[in-house]
Amino acid sequence: MAEHGVAQIWRKIPSMYNVIGNHCTTCDTFYFPPRPVCPKCRRKGHLEDHKFKGLGIVHTFSIVRQAPDDFKTQAPYVVAQVQLDEGPRLTTQIVNCEVTDVYIGMRVRVCFRKITEFGHAGLILYGFKFEPTMKVTGHPDR
Amino acid sequence: MTVKKRVAIVGVGISKFGELWDKSLRDITLEAGMYAIFDSGVAGKDIEAICIGNMSAGRFTGQEHLGALAADMGGLGHIPAYSVEAACASGGAAVRQAYMAIRSGEHDVMLVLGCEKMSDVNQSEAMRTMGVASDWEWEGIFGATFPALYAFIARRHMHEYGTTETHLAQVTVKNHKNAEHNPWAQFQKAVPLDVVMKSGLIADPIRILHSSPISDGAAGLLMCSEEKAKQFTDTPIYIEASTQSSDTLALHDRRDICTMDAAVVSSREALRKAGLTIDNIDVFELHDSFTIGEIVLTEDVGITQKGNGGKLLDEGLTEIGAKYPVNPSGGLKARGHPIGATGVAQIVELVFQLRGDAEKRQVSGAEKAMAVNIGGTGATSIVHILGR
Ligand SMILES: [Zn+2]
Repeated sequence: MAEHGVAQIWRKIPSMYNVIGNHCTTCDTFYFPPRPVCPKCRRKGHLEDHKFKGLGIVHTFSIVRQAPDDFKTQAPYVVAQVQLDEGPRLTTQIVNCEVTDVYIGMRVRVCFRKITEFGHAGLILYGFKFEPTMKVTGHPDR
Repeated sequence: MTVKKRVAIVGVGISKFGELWDKSLRDITLEAGMYAIFDSGVAGKDIEAICIGNMSAGRFTGQEHLGALAADMGGLGHIPAYSVEAACASGGAAVRQAYMAIRSGEHDVMLVLGCEKMSDVNQSEAMRTMGVASDWEWEGIFGATFPALYAFIARRHMHEYGTTETHLAQVTVKNHKNAEHNPWAQFQKAVPLDVVMKSGLIADPIRILHSSPISDGAAGLLMCSEEKAKQFTDTPIYIEASTQSSDTLALHDRRDICTMDAAVVSSREALRKAGLTIDNIDVFELHDSFTIGEIVLTEDVGITQKGNGGKLLDEGLTEIGAKYPVNPSGGLKARGHPIGATGVAQIVELVFQLRGDAEKRQVSGAEKAMAVNIGGTGATSIVHILGR
């Protein structure tokens, strides 16, 4: 499958490993994933790389029980839309808690994980997942 | 150049929908096309061009270049044949491309087809192919399946508006009840509420019976300019408006995931162009690939206010015989959802309804009809308003 190509994954490493998106200094909007053009300002936009803090809240979620082949061993797992503190939402897995513990509004932080591997002896894809924040680490409730 | 006023539909055809193990993509596409041509009374030599909607024959069957394939199989010789793709809205896109070609005066008589053959690959491969209708690089790659994305909408809709699992199931019950009387439907069988509510979870809160099935099928239309229509039939159905709108590819980039803004824009524009209000529409085909989709669209086209879609079901207002009948065909849920065929099949059903040929699922006296065909999770919305 084309979507499993090495170069296709490699190009996304900065964003997948470090939640690097961008920020338009013209309209002060943050984007994740990074956009090639600011859709609000278009040619008047000015985009700079931005590393997100990796903190946010669960905007919505689902527990995937019928999983694609590449994710079969992980099922059931939680996927969610996380609203980052800087504004944009992204799609990610929520880990390090029971699948039934996730709720809308839950405070989460980024962690680095293996996303999947494309078949036996295939490419291993790493990137961000999110986990519940813990009070002891001092992450602000927002 | 004079711009022609209206475009007419003078023939419709549809194949049986379902898991058609003994039929190929070519067989079902030809079947729907031939039915449409026979129904129209148009001779093959009068057809000037073909437009065919398909999402992913390349992945589902290993075949692309469907335009030429359709012209070849139909024995239609050297006429131009255009293939269009807009994920689950590919069928609606084909109808709209033909509408624009006829209105522009470039072609007068066109055959429109929509088709998909999904059962030649296993379920896992079919799921993966459906997933590429969303933002593969930033949604699918993280394990967010297509049902999970609609589950995102459902969960948030429940959270914000108090929509319930019962509401999700009520859409299934209604659409299956309608499909009992649709001879082309994949599931011509009613299903009780408690069975839907206990069916297996695929992506919470979405259950298997909240989801359209994997289907094979094709549908066809014979479309022509208003001037030519009366040569072919005494009962032409007219396209009063055709509109299309886009939104962000990824669901997480939307302004509000509980609203399909593209559907709001395209339905308002269609009503304006047709000079109608929502209360003038007698029958609807709305894109219910997942039952939450129908709930959201009843709000977005303006049948009811945002958040009120569940209550609309409680009141029974979208049943045949009520004020706003939605999906008399059984919808994607029960008629089946061969992806590229769906947008054309919606129009086929509405033509039956407006001609008064829908038999036991007939909405009595229907004069105006609306079809909404959605691509992905709302990144494309194509609306057609038909009238007799
Ligand atoms: Zn900007």
